[in-house]
Amino acid sequence: MNRGVSVAARPVTVTVDGQAVEVPEGSTVREACAKAGVEIPTLCFLENLTPVNVCRVCVVELEGSRALVPSCSRKVEGGMVIHTDTPRVRTSRKMVLELLASSVDLSAAGPEVAEWLAAYGAEPERYGRRAPARTARPDLGEAATVAQPPKVDNALYVRDYSRCILCYKCVEACGEDAQFTFAIAVAGRGFDAHISTEFDVPLPDSACVYCGNCVGVCPTGALMFKSEFDLRQAGAWDPARQTVTPTICPYCGVGCTLELHVQDNRIVKVTSPLDHTVSHGHLCVKGRFGFEFVQDRDPGG
Amino acid sequence: MFGAGGGTSSYREIEETDLIILWGSNARETHPIFFHHVLKGIGNGARLYVVDPRRTASAEWAHLWLGLDVGTDIALANAVGREIIQAGLVNEDFVRRATTGFERYREAVEPYTLERAETITGVPAEAIRQLAHDYARAERAELCWTLGITEHHNAVDNVFALINLALLTGHVGRWGSGLNPLRGQNNVQGGGDMGALPNKLPGFQDIEEDANARARFEAAWGCRIPPRRGLHVSQMFEAMEAGRFHGLLIIGENPAQSEADAARAVRLLQGLDHLVVQDIFLTRTAELAHVVLPATASWCETEGTVTSSERRVQRVRRALEPPPGARDDLEILAELAKRLGHDWGKPTAQAVWDECRQLSPMHRGMRYDRLEAMGGIQWPCPDEDHPGTPFLHGRLWQDPVEGPLAPFQPVEFEPPLDALDDEFPIRLTTGRRLESYNTGVQTTHYRPPLSKGERIHLSPEDMAALGIREGMLVRVVSRRGAVVVPATADPGLRQGLAFMSFHFPDQVNTNQLTLDRWDPKSGTAEFKATAIRVEPIETAVGAEAMEVRR
Repeated sequence: MNRGVSVAARPVTVTVDGQAVEVPEGSTVREACAKAGVEIPTLCFLENLTPVNVCRVCVVELEGSRALVPSCSRKVEGGMVIHTDTPRVRTSRKMVLELLASSVDLSAAGPEVAEWLAAYGAEPERYGRRAPARTARPDLGEAATVAQPPKVDNALYVRDYSRCILCYKCVEACGEDAQFTFAIAVAGRGFDAHISTEFDVPLPDSACVYCGNCVGVCPTGALMFKSEFDLRQAGAWDPARQTVTPTICPYCGVGCTLELHVQDNRIVKVTSPLDHTVSHGHLCVKGRFGFEFVQDRDPGG
Repeated sequence: MFGAGGGTSSYREIEETDLIILWGSNARETHPIFFHHVLKGIGNGARLYVVDPRRTASAEWAHLWLGLDVGTDIALANAVGREIIQAGLVNEDFVRRATTGFERYREAVEPYTLERAETITGVPAEAIRQLAHDYARAERAELCWTLGITEHHNAVDNVFALINLALLTGHVGRWGSGLNPLRGQNNVQGGGDMGALPNKLPGFQDIEEDANARARFEAAWGCRIPPRRGLHVSQMFEAMEAGRFHGLLIIGENPAQSEADAARAVRLLQGLDHLVVQDIFLTRTAELAHVVLPATASWCETEGTVTSSERRVQRVRRALEPPPGARDDLEILAELAKRLGHDWGKPTAQAVWDECRQLSPMHRGMRYDRLEAMGGIQWPCPDEDHPGTPFLHGRLWQDPVEGPLAPFQPVEFEPPLDALDDEFPIRLTTGRRLESYNTGVQTTHYRPPLSKGERIHLSPEDMAALGIREGMLVRVVSRRGAVVVPATADPGLRQGLAFMSFHFPDQVNTNQLTLDRWDPKSGTAEFKATAIRVEPIETAVGAEAMEVRR
């Protein structure tokens, strides 16, 4: 029986790049690094999701461990000696980023991804020109890619799997980490692995309930608000002109915090803070997408 | 509850409790993010019971679903109470120290045997017994409800019947044990907090009985406050009907479409000498007004606060410039006051809030900067060092109990007022759908693929018996009106039960069917229990023709 009792965790001391830090038992290596002021790049990790250990960009070297370990999920143990910036770590991260960038369009990912590519000296082009369409068997001199046309099959969000790095975040958010709708899963194997609805049906024919929690966790823009997608298509998407204002959802009485992203006095997307005890970053279809009614009141609008 | 009008628990407690009952609540669709906490609770080992006439999306997650007949909640709850007593599972220590009226309650529930309850409710006696034993034996248990309990002619009695169960078992006032009405609107709790009730000043201070509170407000406002309660909405409509009510200012509500027996509501609004409507849209109600005051959208064009179902006061903020001509509710009210001879200046939301903090002890510690830094604060929060209150009524576990004891309120089952007969043999119940909201004023502007417009959900058995095919248009007739709507089969309904929403009143005005008989204690109309018959229309044209045009 769950007692819901939180016992204060005992402190554990580890060494990060030569610096001793104390963190509560049960913390991850990534958290210990953060405490030591060392930021670790991550793609498939998010505070409100269970780590799935697939992107491998967060690996660090652990003394006594043969293989590099994923810092997002590995728990600390007393006396651990952690190195975050060895040649092995740098080479591994460089390779991971190169392989992703050679096959996937990362241009809509967060600005930190471009910074990591530069910082680790990634050269995705050394695998060849990017093949123009999704294929596992590219022509000579071409790198295999997942390039494909975006799926625009509903008015709320777009799935552009040419940007998908298969980090599983959307699958987790749709499934056991938040929504328990299970509308999507990873289908296929090897290079054919892809995120899919049941039998690859269009979203309106799937189990999707349009909470957009998959969009909320996507790190590369593969899942995108239709409003953002349209603005990008028109060349008008401009984060520099956007404000983000936290407020409370206008619908039911649960009281989820909405972060309204506003450009030119129009709401262009809605997110929710990951660390709030009410929503944990997740919303329903009305909170995420039901804002149009305030934009339809301009004279003639 | 016991004097404070709010749910007793926090959402986090739902994750850490041992047993959750959703009674008359389809939270999976109507409070989706609250249901995330329920799902976490189930993941942590809690058992879920769902009490609902429909086998809803929430019921699909239940360990046991009790599909009672509409409006038989009190018979079910009283039988649960009787079984707990009979089985010797009463928390006797808690009942003795913290409650009053147990003997009277015991006598009142005595006739509600499991067998009799099965006859009244349609729920198997064994399922009632299991709920009773599991609830009483659980170390912690959360009882949550929504409009399935409160949209009945005996709404308050329904709530008492549930509170009695918590008193019997001691499932209130502890972490993980509580009583939680889930609020349907983002600030319906805050409206009550701020005194938008006929008999309360802000902070649930009674306008008739609390002379000290009245004196504080009188001193602050420099006027006399009559110690007399006002009218609730249903009484206002009655007063209009009786010719005692001639003018009305409506702020952000659409009663022409949301009131039960909508035709009557429109007729009475039209008969007013003067109707002023303040809204962000020209709603059907606003169309009836003599004066319309265009307002800003409170959640994204103004500053202020709202209160959630866990009593969390949180800030709303201005993110958008309002459209030209629309003005802040606060500014409109101040300007109206000026026309009535009172110069309030140009108050800011924060200034009004700070005044409220001075006058309402439970809000005193909630400075704007604290609300911001702490992600909202749960009332009561009596001073500026107070962290807020995750659960209420912990005092009931003190020995001796501090303050008044919690009274049992024995209640008797009464069937719904709109009786079924040969002419109107089907029970229609109404509710919300996941993607839509209330009268659709906000949700007809976006285009979720889930939205199919209005349909009447019928059991597959009734569809077959009436010769109705999927999507076929039917005429739905009650004792008050009739609507035409496409039908859809819903295996979550048993024979004789039908479901509609009221989200598309311009397409299908469901509230032309409902009965405007309301609970004298709460003023809530019996939206949940309408007697209807369903007539197939021969020239079925399919649902497409009825799709809402956007």
